[in-house]
Amino acid sequence: MKKLINAPDNVVADALEGLAAAHPSLAVDLDNRVISRAEGPRQGKVGLVSGGGSGHEPLHGGFVGYGMLDAACPGEVFTSPVPDQMLTAARTVNGGAGVLQIVKNYTGDVLNFQMAEELAGDEGIEVRSVLVNDDVAVEDSLYTAGRRGTGATVFVEKIAGALAEQGADLAAVAAVAEEVNARSRSFGIALNAATTPASGRPGFTLEESQIEIGVGIHGEPGRRRGPIASAAQLTQTALDAINDDMSLSGEVLVMVNGMGGTPLIELYIIYREVQRLLAAKGVTIARNLVGNYITSLEMQGFSLTVCRLTDQFTELWDAPVQTRARSWGR
Amino acid sequence: MSTLRPEPALDTAFFTAWITRAAAAIETDRVRLSELDAAIGDGDHGTNLDRGFAGVMRVLDTTSPRTPATVLSLTGTTLISKVGGASGPLYGTAFRRAGNALGDAAETDLPGLAAALDAALAAIRKLGAARDGDKTMVDALAPAVAALNEAASNGTPLLDALSAMVDAARAGAEATIPMQASKGRASYLGPRSVGHRDPGAASTVLILTALRDTAAAAGSDVGSNGSGSD
Repeated sequence: MKKLINAPDNVVADALEGLAAAHPSLAVDLDNRVISRAEGPRQGKVGLVSGGGSGHEPLHGGFVGYGMLDAACPGEVFTSPVPDQMLTAARTVNGGAGVLQIVKNYTGDVLNFQMAEELAGDEGIEVRSVLVNDDVAVEDSLYTAGRRGTGATVFVEKIAGALAEQGADLAAVAAVAEEVNARSRSFGIALNAATTPASGRPGFTLEESQIEIGVGIHGEPGRRRGPIASAAQLTQTALDAINDDMSLSGEVLVMVNGMGGTPLIELYIIYREVQRLLAAKGVTIARNLVGNYITSLEMQGFSLTVCRLTDQFTELWDAPVQTRARSWGR
Repeated sequence: MSTLRPEPALDTAFFTAWITRAAAAIETDRVRLSELDAAIGDGDHGTNLDRGFAGVMRVLDTTSPRTPATVLSLTGTTLISKVGGASGPLYGTAFRRAGNALGDAAETDLPGLAAALDAALAAIRKLGAARDGDKTMVDALAPAVAALNEAASNGTPLLDALSAMVDAARAGAEATIPMQASKGRASYLGPRSVGHRDPGAASTVLILTALRDTAAAAGSDVGSNGSGSD
């Protein structure tokens, strides 16, 4: 394993210290591992908290700031954060209007956020949680932990964050978050596996010509393996999986996301193919993101996320945002 | 003359010794547990549990729990605070519920221990919503708790009862190998999860084996003191 680290056990702590030193607009609680806005909570505004395993940067800490999250809770690499972190975050961001937890659907994340919700409730902080479960690669939810939360998390955080910034109440912010999730689907394809600092070895191994199809974001293998193919063919595979699950029409928001080790030039080739395939179906990409937004350490590959826009979504998507990972309109 | 005690007292010192032995076993097998996890998950089960139990040892070293229930409760809350993932809340809640079941007593007995592990199993089932055969820690813990309860109701001696519990846990963990996972991260692999031992079942075996070995060690200490071999 070659990594730019000091010691495997110190990866998250060292990175958080660097983050705190680099970004004075963020308050980084190094003991409790909570990243929040330096200016603190705004009275009457719903607080948005998310979190998950580290190794997906810029998710979630990169989305803390005006128009998106109020706080993020980074766990160990690919391991959900613990309830103490989310409880600290809820206390930190509560402006009296309650707190919305945005939770990616993994067993560990769900259990830890659920415990935090109970603990915060005991302290009189109103907390609600929305689950993000957009990954169509998990086919049979009856016999699995259910669909994973992946790229749609970025859409949920942006759109719900904008509505919270406008002063909407907790029920309304939770409702729009759920609606964004319901109208979004993702699919990922990896060319190799990620190596966690703790294990020192790739999560799976692939032959030179093999790819992992329907891969998650934690270095776990996907549903099947197949031969490497052209960008056009791989994009078709991902888009077909999405369209088979949720028929696409009208205006959509598209994210072509890199998994951490993918050159941007390749992501733009994928975007070209997405654009062509959707245009052929009469679907318009009204808004897009191309880049590394929800990564898996150094994994090579891409995920495609599509959200069927509503007028409200588009307006909230366009609303000002100022975070480390994305800024516009402000 | 030292007093001959056929069985060790299930008191605060015993429960502390159990958790200490479990922490050592997890540390020793940290890499093996993570490798089991790498096959069907993300390869950090050993690392995460070891971090949690190391935290538990720090807490137990700096506080002086007065009752068996406090030992288990501190173990549970620390695991919840330190482990993360699914195993943190599941093991943490299991130890807390087991502690609750013991009440304020300074000492428990075999039926009391069996009831505490029953409560732990119920907590894991409720929180994780796992059924038997889902390829989880339940597949090791459920048969183990059943074996312990059966032994307790038959009046089996403590060490034999705990050995029956460990045998059942081991058989249960072995039986996870051909199962297809339908809970947790391994479930995303579908049929590709078949052929691998569940890491949660494996760590459950370690924790229960530590319990049996603690009783065996305490019993042999008492025995050697009492028998005066020469």
